[in-house]
Amino acid sequence: MAAALATDDLTKDYRVGFWRTRPYRALDALTLQVQPGEVFGFLGPNGAGKTTTLKILMGLVFPTSGRAEMFGRPVGDLHVKRRLGYLPEQPYFYDYLTAEELLIYFAGLFGYRGADRRARASAVLDEVEIGAERRRPLRTFSKGMLQRVGIAQALVNDPELVILDEPMSGLDPLGRRAVRALILALRDRGSTVFFSSHVLSDAEALCSRVAILARGRLVTEGRLAEMLEFQVRGWDVVVAGVTPALQAALAARATRMTAIGDGRCAVELPSMYSPETIAADVASAGASIVSINPIRATLEDLFVQQVADAARQVERR
Amino acid sequence: MRPIALIAVNVFRESVRDKVLYNLVLFAVALIGASYVIGQLTAGQDIKIIKDLGLAAISLFGLFIAVFIGIGLVSKEVEKQSVYALLAKPVTRTDIVLGKYAGLILTLAVNLAVMTVALYAVLAVMAWMGMHPTPGLDPATLDPGLLTAIALIFVELAVVTAIALFFSTFSTPMLSAALTFAFFIAGRFSTDLDHFNTVTDSRAALWLTTGLYWVLPNFGPFDVRAEVVHGQPLPTGEILMTVLYGVLYTSALLVAATFVFSRRDFK
Repeated sequence: MAAALATDDLTKDYRVGFWRTRPYRALDALTLQVQPGEVFGFLGPNGAGKTTTLKILMGLVFPTSGRAEMFGRPVGDLHVKRRLGYLPEQPYFYDYLTAEELLIYFAGLFGYRGADRRARASAVLDEVEIGAERRRPLRTFSKGMLQRVGIAQALVNDPELVILDEPMSGLDPLGRRAVRALILALRDRGSTVFFSSHVLSDAEALCSRVAILARGRLVTEGRLAEMLEFQVRGWDVVVAGVTPALQAALAARATRMTAIGDGRCAVELPSMYSPETIAADVASAGASIVSINPIRATLEDLFVQQVADAARQVERR
Repeated sequence: MRPIALIAVNVFRESVRDKVLYNLVLFAVALIGASYVIGQLTAGQDIKIIKDLGLAAISLFGLFIAVFIGIGLVSKEVEKQSVYALLAKPVTRTDIVLGKYAGLILTLAVNLAVMTVALYAVLAVMAWMGMHPTPGLDPATLDPGLLTAIALIFVELAVVTAIALFFSTFSTPMLSAALTFAFFIAGRFSTDLDHFNTVTDSRAALWLTTGLYWVLPNFGPFDVRAEVVHGQPLPTGEILMTVLYGVLYTSALLVAATFVFSRRDFK
């Protein structure tokens, strides 16, 4: 089966400067594959090249070199567009239309006719919880409501692949939760979701795979579980019934110890000491282990480390 | 064809919501006011003057609509980034250019139709009120020749719209407006460029003026106001050739606009 989305050595240079223009590489040889059914997070700091990539995928800018395909066809192909939904970053729509009119217009462009067109528009507006306000002009909508209309228009054709550029932007906590639920619902009905974000908690909660981009280059890509699994950097152990002697013994190995109260202590062990290494001491002191949790690198840690490495590499060049 | 039609209807709806059709009220008031004043001041010539004034007003109001909406058709879509969501739908960039153009032509057609009805209504009222030497609805008052003049104004405005649209695919609205007006004025005096050999011997100047004559639109043949107002015959062949010229010039501009728009990066 063809990848839902694939890029090969995708590169984009912009001309910058007024008189003597020079090239500025916004995207450098991006090679990426997103399989059908995946929720894929496309992460990176501002200016990393995320939006440039998405614009190439949507046919809004043309690559300087390389290839981009969706469902095995080149981007911009009308057959591909029929299977695609797209939410631009900070979307703007025709503010003289009502939300309902906009959705009916866009449903028409996907070939819906007559009553089907109206029903489809209504169904997606229901899905993003735009109620009676759907009959108000878009110029009266708040930023969060416009974002919801943006998501509705991206789903109007019941797409197989949904590309979302910063979908949480401008949303309050309730709105973010609703979008998260919507992305998971899309995944459950078999759609592929490719979204860019710099909000890492969203990616951590939603994605099966992520790619991190920095300064136009792909710095890492893979399954979130795998990327973070091997980076267990220690253990959080809570011990009850801690005696002064046990406390001294644990302190020798712990990177940090915090008294919780009632004889309980939180012990942070470095990765070189597994919890088993303290189990004997705890048992012999008549204390007990209440809980053990691995301290894993968060996506944020990985992100900061990868982006900093990329910056150092660029400086060395 | 369907995406082009849907985009065109949306442009028309935008014109209506942006109160572009309010200009019709202004047109009606100006025409009725002018008719009253002229009726008081002139004797016998009033119908001719109203016809001339009405045609000039239709042309002028149409020109403002064609230029000021035409220059924003594509540039506004790009500037406000509404093109991002539109291009993600199963439409081509050619569909967008042609749909935008068709929408403005529809707006112009509705405007011109209403202004034409208003002009005939004013002429009829003037005739009934006895401001004409032979009161009543005689053929001279409700001259169908006016329709020929208005049809040519419509084709001329279609060319102007295509010029505005072409510039709006790569330029700012202000610059597009300036260039479109410059083209319109140059096009009105285009025939003079063809006769430049009578005022200079400079070969370079002649090459330049001949080149400009062929590139710039020639709006001279579209202006048949004087002939219509004074009841002179209009050769059908010439009218058809003028319409054909307008269609060809518009087609060339739309091809050029599509060519430019299809290669643009929307950064």
